[in-house]
Amino acid sequence: MKIYIKNFMKYKDLLCELIKKDIKLKYQHSYLGFLWSMVNPLLVMIVLSVVFSGLFKRSIENFPVYVLTGRVVYSFFSEATIFAMDSIRNNAQLIKKVYVPKYFFPMSRVISSFIANFSAIIPIMIIMIATDMKFHWTNILIILPLFLLLLISIGIGLILSAVNVFFRDIKHLYNVILMLLMYLTPIFYPVEIIPDKLLAIVEWNPLFPTLRMFRDILMLGQYPYAMDLVIASIQTAVFFLIGVYIFYKTQHRFILHL
Amino acid sequence: MDPIILVQDVSMHFRHSNQRINTLKEYFIKRIKLQVQYTEFTALSNISFSIDKGELFGIIGNNGAGKSTLLKIIAGILNPSSGQVVRKGTVAPLIELGAGFNGDLTGEENIYLNGLLLGYSKKMIRDKMDEIIEFSELKEFIHVPLKDYSSGMKARLGFAIATSIQPDILIVDEVLAVGDIRFREKCERHIQNMIKNGTTVLFVSHSLVQIEKLCSRVLWLDKGKVKEIGEAKDICEKFKRAKYTES
Repeated sequence: MKIYIKNFMKYKDLLCELIKKDIKLKYQHSYLGFLWSMVNPLLVMIVLSVVFSGLFKRSIENFPVYVLTGRVVYSFFSEATIFAMDSIRNNAQLIKKVYVPKYFFPMSRVISSFIANFSAIIPIMIIMIATDMKFHWTNILIILPLFLLLLISIGIGLILSAVNVFFRDIKHLYNVILMLLMYLTPIFYPVEIIPDKLLAIVEWNPLFPTLRMFRDILMLGQYPYAMDLVIASIQTAVFFLIGVYIFYKTQHRFILHL
Repeated sequence: MDPIILVQDVSMHFRHSNQRINTLKEYFIKRIKLQVQYTEFTALSNISFSIDKGELFGIIGNNGAGKSTLLKIIAGILNPSSGQVVRKGTVAPLIELGAGFNGDLTGEENIYLNGLLLGYSKKMIRDKMDEIIEFSELKEFIHVPLKDYSSGMKARLGFAIATSIQPDILIVDEVLAVGDIRFREKCERHIQNMIKNGTTVLFVSHSLVQIEKLCSRVLWLDKGKVKEIGEAKDICEKFKRAKYTES
């Protein structure tokens, strides 16, 4: 265990540099640059509000913020895991020539995605002010669901990046899964409309409890629902540990398939 | 006699399936049809030798003898099937100059990235930045994105980065064949300087002339096995003779 920590400390600057590079290159050729990460969610929010708010006006108090939070969480998860999935293959030439801790690649992708997507907290707060929502001290607790999201994305990213080396079509399979996940996550619809039978399945969607925690803390100023915390923590631990295990066991064979 | 690299009974087997399976679908179908056969290929068998600190150690052999595989194992890129390599220092592999160079970033940004990939700390790179830029003779182009560099410029930059900071062990795989004569001589002189300062160099080449000129000891690798180890001149002579008697 000590060797791994020592190795990580030796290369920690590299991890930072990789994250900076990802972010730099993401906005390099775009006019708005970093602002795009804030403008994009706002635009999506406007579209979804216009289309759906009439339908759900009764059950959802503040539709724009509801939709914005859902959208940001989902968009982070899908972007982070998709980029992580490709990260090993994309850096194949590098891995074949130099020794680098390979888990840095999916990890840096997830972290840079995290930074890019959750800079949207700023427009969220702006919309909250614009719609007369109250802020509470307990809002600082959003760190909790965000942290769980980060870990679970790293775990899933590790699994996907490893599998993608051996079986390239996981990409297509995962895209379908992501699409399913989008409809199973209450981004633009209230939780109430999910039929009871389906609810049991939906609650196991890793985004579901974290999203509900995020919204409870931010919008209602409440402590998160205990069951959400428990389920989300278990899922995070499971995916993270499985991810680390699979990656650790297969990483020495990557070079043979790249 | 202070060994800095110990190769202990290293073997490398590759297990290839006789079909090219890239996707889950193919895997399951072929598994069911029992068409998946595996062939074992042994690239290296029971390689043991040691390299002392400050040596310029050469490895020669015909194509397919296993030289690049052995280098990758020593560099830590590939894990041996059995046996182990004990390294007492940092390894800078020059297996391809500019590993990790990203075309969209500038020369300076790539210096950071490449240096970090080689395991140097940010502070070390910052301190050596001017030296690197000077050695590579690329001062006017250092803020130009790398995709606009010529291959020679990239080679110069890669070499400058890898050798600017004293790695304990430098692995050079046929890379000195790149660049013009002036640059090649500059590299040779630089490598000899590094050795004087205590760096150990592991050198693989097909150019017997260079090996004989630069190396102290040489390992002759043949079909994955150690054919012979000894003084550079000695081994090179034997190698040349073997080539003539074969035909």
